[in-house]
Amino acid sequence: MTDVLAVADHRRGELRDVSYESITAGRQLADETGGDLHIAVISGTVDDFADKLNRDGVDAIHTVSHGEEFNHDVYSQAITQLYDELAPQYVLTPNSVNGLDYAPAIANELDLPVVTDTIDLDNDGETLVATREMYGGKVETTTELEGDAVITIRGAEWPAAEGTGDATIEAFDADIDEDAIGSTVNGFEEVGGGDVDISEADLLVSVGRGIEEEENLDLIRDLADALGATLSSSRPIVDNGWLPKNRQVGQSGKVVTPDVYIAIGISGAVQHVAGMKGSDTIVAINTDPNAPIMDIADYAIVDDLFDVVPELIDEFDG
Amino acid sequence: MKILVTVKEVATVEDEFEIEGTEIADQYLGADLNEWDDYAIEEAVQLQEDGIADEVVTVTIGPEDCEQTVRQALAKGADRAVRVWDDALEDVDLLDVNAKTEILSAVIEAEDPDLVLSGVQAGDDSFGATGVSVAENLGFQWGAVVNHLEHDLENGLASVRRELEGGVEELTDIELPAVLTIQTGINEPRYASLRGIRQAQQKPLDVQTLADIGVDESAIETELELTDMYEPESESDATFWEGSPDETASELGELLRDKGVAQ
Repeated sequence: MTDVLAVADHRRGELRDVSYESITAGRQLADETGGDLHIAVISGTVDDFADKLNRDGVDAIHTVSHGEEFNHDVYSQAITQLYDELAPQYVLTPNSVNGLDYAPAIANELDLPVVTDTIDLDNDGETLVATREMYGGKVETTTELEGDAVITIRGAEWPAAEGTGDATIEAFDADIDEDAIGSTVNGFEEVGGGDVDISEADLLVSVGRGIEEEENLDLIRDLADALGATLSSSRPIVDNGWLPKNRQVGQSGKVVTPDVYIAIGISGAVQHVAGMKGSDTIVAINTDPNAPIMDIADYAIVDDLFDVVPELIDEFDG
Repeated sequence: MKILVTVKEVATVEDEFEIEGTEIADQYLGADLNEWDDYAIEEAVQLQEDGIADEVVTVTIGPEDCEQTVRQALAKGADRAVRVWDDALEDVDLLDVNAKTEILSAVIEAEDPDLVLSGVQAGDDSFGATGVSVAENLGFQWGAVVNHLEHDLENGLASVRRELEGGVEELTDIELPAVLTIQTGINEPRYASLRGIRQAQQKPLDVQTLADIGVDESAIETELELTDMYEPESESDATFWEGSPDETASELGELLRDKGVAQ
């Protein structure tokens, strides 16, 4: 039997989508051998969270009421104790920033292998086959392992579980050692405010690594001006300090849904795509026809941005 | 205080490549300092320049070939380097998180730093797990995906910001000793100066075997097996506009006018 313990993700009173997606992933794994799917929900308004997590496919929900927000020491202690109690084969956590703050620790503590950022999982009762990307998405790999493991799943790869389940909901009396808590969360801050809200724009001209040099950004500014568009970017441009954080599209930046999104010199890393895939029409300008951005583009120009963009400016300014 | 930075030389892949078995064919591979580690090095060097760190040591798991990359870290200001390699590591297809944890933990125990900085992930295999695993293994505190570090470490506390999803940062205090995994954008990594590059050649780079650091070969055995590697099937159903730049630009212009978003 393959029992699965999936850990829910929440922040500031809200369950995050990946919590429902991990129900789907966990159910698929457990189904292979008729195992049970357990969900752990730790800290915050756990009873409310448990009701929401009680969707089709969940067998049991274990609530651990301790503190309001995520703390990796509390999570690690609660999950290792649940693991001892339930003896699941797989511990499934989101590959979120918080998931990566405790999943490796519980794997080490429990002396289990850890496979992170999986995008597909298969299990024949003995062997787990985990699909992951390498080299920034240029290749996919399969990794196999037998026995127990800690696995983190990428968001938006599995559909969210739906319906209403008939899971048992029980408070788990975790023994949290306060002395072992070595970090304190003092608060949260929204970043990326400022002069412009890129999520409001109808037309975004978005620039990535392909621009190469900071001074070349003027070319993209000129284009945005000519089109009456709003300028946004992928992460490396903001990391380099070339544009402020409020211009960043992606997982750690803003989610945007303009009528038209023009991705210029953006390869389309999964973290970027997470922030713009809801755009009505996506146009990619990139020299690499195999760049991941092409997978979600509706229209594409495979050419040098330094040749195409000036022509486009002429088209509207000329 | 003493800072240790984990440094990895990562494989980079050309746009066009071929796969042989579960590896990318050698001729399409390059090597570079892991992007995230570059930011970790910069953060450590800045702490040294601010008089907070007395010594910055890098540790790398890798063969002799990667010494050029290690020297980059030294050229940027790290004081000395440790490189762990062993015949037993030559034939390992997949050095998993647990194996890296054992090796790095042994070096960190010997070096006894106050703070360990590690990149959030490596650009090649992107596990994003080693730093936190090492911390747990050593009984250190930790913080994952740190994009701001307050320079008030003398009191045994690191005040950090963790970059959560959706433009939210978590403000957290972490007791030392600790491992912080460093996110890109936390600083602006410097280019090594010519003087730095010259000095780096003279800085100590100790090479140690598994036996030297007291790690048994059985510790690097993995339960994970890499069984396949393939190019993801292109799901693109994009309309590819073809022609000269002025032709493709005018196709795009027409689309923008059709959609009513530009005139």
